[in-house]
Amino acid sequence: MAQLQVNIGNLSLRNPVMTASGTFGYGLEYADFVRLDRLGGIIVKGTTLRPREGNPYPRMYETAGGMLNCVGLQNKGVDYFCQEIYPQIKNLDTHVVVNVSGSSPEDYAECAARIAALDRIPAIELNISCPNVKDGGMAFGVTCEGAASVVRAVRAAYPKTLIVKLSPNVTSIADIARAVEDCGADAVSLINTLMGMAVDIERRSPVLSIATGGLSGPAVKPIALRMVWQVARAVKIPIVGLGGIMNATDAIEFLMAGATAVEIGTANFVDPAVSEKVVDGIDAWLDAHGVGDVRDIIGALKC
Amino acid sequence: MTKQLIDLTVAAVERLNATHVLLRLTDAARPLPAMWPGQFVEVRVDHSATTLLRRPISINFVDQERNELWLLVHEVGNGTRALGRLVAGDTVNCLLPLGNGFTLPTTGGGRYLLVGGGVGTAPLLYYGDELRRRGCEPIFLLGARTKGDLLQLDAFKRIGRVETTTEDGSMGAKGFVTQHPMLASERFDAIATCGPKPMMVAVARYAEATGTPCEASLENRMACGLGACLCCVEDTTEGNVCVCKEGPVFNIKRLKWLNSK
Repeated sequence: MAQLQVNIGNLSLRNPVMTASGTFGYGLEYADFVRLDRLGGIIVKGTTLRPREGNPYPRMYETAGGMLNCVGLQNKGVDYFCQEIYPQIKNLDTHVVVNVSGSSPEDYAECAARIAALDRIPAIELNISCPNVKDGGMAFGVTCEGAASVVRAVRAAYPKTLIVKLSPNVTSIADIARAVEDCGADAVSLINTLMGMAVDIERRSPVLSIATGGLSGPAVKPIALRMVWQVARAVKIPIVGLGGIMNATDAIEFLMAGATAVEIGTANFVDPAVSEKVVDGIDAWLDAHGVGDVRDIIGALKC
Repeated sequence: MTKQLIDLTVAAVERLNATHVLLRLTDAARPLPAMWPGQFVEVRVDHSATTLLRRPISINFVDQERNELWLLVHEVGNGTRALGRLVAGDTVNCLLPLGNGFTLPTTGGGRYLLVGGGVGTAPLLYYGDELRRRGCEPIFLLGARTKGDLLQLDAFKRIGRVETTTEDGSMGAKGFVTQHPMLASERFDAIATCGPKPMMVAVARYAEATGTPCEASLENRMACGLGACLCCVEDTTEGNVCVCKEGPVFNIKRLKWLNSK
């Protein structure tokens, strides 16, 4: 049994495995399959200051080795989260991190401030990278100035661990990562989904209701790995890696590329029990290779 | 109701026609968990290079005596075709039981019209059998393009009265289910429907016009099956809700079908 604990800012995770926003509900949906107290953390669904209905159906399409979604941040708003959801999850024995999105820096900051008041939420993941909403979301995450404007506003309002989730739909993700680091982010997580599209040739129309959606799943893993590796060489703050992780081997690849922790997303849809299996698999690999501490493989690529 | 992630064994495969296969699954080690008519199973698809996500398949029948779960698979893409290639003895990883099923009466005696189209007839077999066990009268109205597309007629006939329609008139009344003459001459205590959306909307209009309670089973495209990803939403009177968790069976009054085309 290797030492698995890692730190993201002031957040101490019992192991590097978290679940990605929008793929694991509030954790409770998966409690029949996963011992939630075995996970490093759970990142819950994107939350906004006001309720959002999300995009019309259809919102999802399976692609080779992946899936497109354009859910569009459907949620009941931060007040509903604080009053109705939080009491149900505050006693979970794992870190619950709230993914926060918004339409303006002020929205993000207000939403973050309300979550800061919740004792048992030690961190937020700032979503400046959702490709499926017109206002805000990815619009902030594709320029250094936009990303900085949101992170500055939230940093002033949010004293706990601030993770900023980056978009891969940019020319240089390392530049964006540096910009948010300079504004006080405690960590970055990457990658959010890649903007994609599917076409129905019989109807001569896009499959998804808003034409485009975000691609996730094993198809995106090589891109995500490359971006984690690039960002690891550009910033000093910890990186949370995600994008197509299906098993422990994939997770270890991200750790070696420079991620301090990982998030499991789309794989939860294929195997609802996968997150716990990734924890076990990392542990087993470390044991098999005589590595006593997971931190010894973080960024340990030989190149 | 606790959901389970279990490996079941294929007890038998029955090919019903060129594009439909009945999988009879069993667990040799222990009784299958309780499952209700209208609930569904998320089946992992192995041996298909292009398939990532599980396939949601409605529960066709539960044979308590043989400890069998029946899934009727319509082969429409690579994933369902891979399921159609399963043979007896194969293992199938199932996430079940999912969603909310049809309303089960606490008292007997009612006349239930169960209207199905295409592979949408599948969940009505189990529902009809449960209604019969509870002392109700299930009446099946099953529609398809042609006679060869009508599935499991013998199994339905063992449970109750069966009326059929085909678009080409090769069996039963010619046309769509909603053109069947029985709808004009008879009345029912409740209606349940599953099939193509235009058919279900037409059935819902009939139910509304006759003041009959009606439930419809939806098959929106889904990923997680657990209410986590919010992909399979239906626009309802309460806004967008997950078909996998709030449904797949809905009272038609919760849907917005009757206000729009």
